[in-house]
Amino acid sequence: MISPNVVAICYLIASVLFILSLRGLSHPLSARRGNLFGMVGMTIAVLTTFAVTERLDIALGMLALGGITGMVIARRVQMTQMPELVAAMHSLVGLAAVLIAIAVLTDPLAFGVDYPIPAGNLVELFIGTVVGAITFSGSVIAFGKLAGLGKYGRVFSSSPVTFPGQHWVNLVLAIAMVGFGVWFVNEIPGEAWRPFQALTGIAFLLGVLIIIPIGGADMPVVISMLNSYSGWAAAGIGFSLNNSMLIIAGSLVGSSGAILSYIMCKAMNRSFISVILGGFGAEEGTSATGSEKKTVKSGSADDAAFLLSNADTVIIVPGYGLAVGRAQHAVKEMAHKLTAKGVTVRYAIHPVAGRMPGHMNVLLAEAEVPYEQVVEMDDINSDFGATDVAFVLGANDVVNPLAEQKGSPIYGMPILEAHKARTVLVNKRSMASGYAGIDNPLFYMDRTMMVFGDAKKVVEDIVKALE
Amino acid sequence: MTGADPTILNFTVFILAIFVGYHVVWNVTPALHTPLMSVTNAISSVVMVGAILAAGSSTIGYAPLVGAIAVALVAINTFGGFMVTQRMLAMFKKKEPKQGQQQGRKAA
Repeated sequence: MISPNVVAICYLIASVLFILSLRGLSHPLSARRGNLFGMVGMTIAVLTTFAVTERLDIALGMLALGGITGMVIARRVQMTQMPELVAAMHSLVGLAAVLIAIAVLTDPLAFGVDYPIPAGNLVELFIGTVVGAITFSGSVIAFGKLAGLGKYGRVFSSSPVTFPGQHWVNLVLAIAMVGFGVWFVNEIPGEAWRPFQALTGIAFLLGVLIIIPIGGADMPVVISMLNSYSGWAAAGIGFSLNNSMLIIAGSLVGSSGAILSYIMCKAMNRSFISVILGGFGAEEGTSATGSEKKTVKSGSADDAAFLLSNADTVIIVPGYGLAVGRAQHAVKEMAHKLTAKGVTVRYAIHPVAGRMPGHMNVLLAEAEVPYEQVVEMDDINSDFGATDVAFVLGANDVVNPLAEQKGSPIYGMPILEAHKARTVLVNKRSMASGYAGIDNPLFYMDRTMMVFGDAKKVVEDIVKALE
Repeated sequence: MTGADPTILNFTVFILAIFVGYHVVWNVTPALHTPLMSVTNAISSVVMVGAILAAGSSTIGYAPLVGAIAVALVAINTFGGFMVTQRMLAMFKKKEPKQGQQQGRKAA
């Protein structure tokens, strides 16, 4: 057994390493060292805890079991599946927080918590449990939506699930949950189980109800928000165990997720509250499908190849369609061919393109697109006017010029100004509207040519035509 | 001076850590937001510390059982989170694509 002071110092070192780990992500070159700091910090934290634990056999066995599972998943997962993976991982942290809270309640002495548990710790346990439970069930729903499990249950549908009085139901449940929390804190020791079960059950239910009304396009916000929750859950457990390292790590994660949520909301010009209340896109896109026949010009992959090879400058705008079609390698190939012909190719990334923050960047990096060619929205928008061809690949709402028009549902959302390019190529699977359920005038412009079909197939055909 | 409630001390640490997190995360380049999420996932699995204590307690009752389950669950995050982050970051390497690939494979 090592002294509590040594333990505290080791935990402090681990905490600092976690901070350095996030700091490393400020640049791609320092990021890998940052990740290493994180791993070292985690190793120190776990080994230190082993040194003060009475028996190790079970913990070691479980660690190996979970660790191997984690490694297999990390190795097998496709980059296009990252949003689902992240959602699944949030759910695990949430569930673990609930389980640990149960353990503390059963056996506080094992954690160095007094018995009977002081009221302050009970409040912290209540918060940790509730946040953990909401994180768990909410992330399970988010996972289902992201993994396209809609056919197995309506709660997993990527379109919003709403019912009358939804917000009132949530409010009543939340009040009831807090009520059980008050009972839980004031109950005599040993009798706290009943209110605890009730409040945990309500929290699980609330997690489901909070996420179901949120549609597919808002997923980047949801996943950032759950990221934040998982951090707060960890911090809550840190509070009840009086463990500074857990509090620090949890707060880092919590604030990180909160900042990402903020960035995503801003990129959609929506308030956090309106995303959470959900229901966006619930109009089922009638405005688009039922609209009067407008003519679009459509062309073949050969036509697109001709336009692209005659351009001096091309900006590719990737969207969720690229991820669904797993077209990133084909796109890289196409860009490579074009560069060889003397065309300058760059990529324009909208913050909410895809299903999670940074989704497009990872896919392009996987295809070995040099990151200097990948440009964020604010840095490239002014260049569209001087660009020969903007090639929109499976993106829709993020290039919708209606965002500049007062009165449109997406008015004010910052967009990539692809419509300013001399020629616009748009690849889509069909004329269906985007997740916002509104029509996109970009498709009907004279300078626009639509190339219908699966992103990967179309781009591969263009590559062939370029030869 | 020494009489402050542990909750207040915890709260002090909590608030300061939020400030640190706020300033560090705003510096993260948007291109790395997905790795940021996966690495924060791995870091939040530090709740494993609590799970290990529960799994290792010698008392009879639920604590060791739920602790053991929790250890297994978050260990998926710890290993999976760091590994998948490393795999992604290896892709962001400048040039030398061959080496990048090898490292990615090793990481996985």
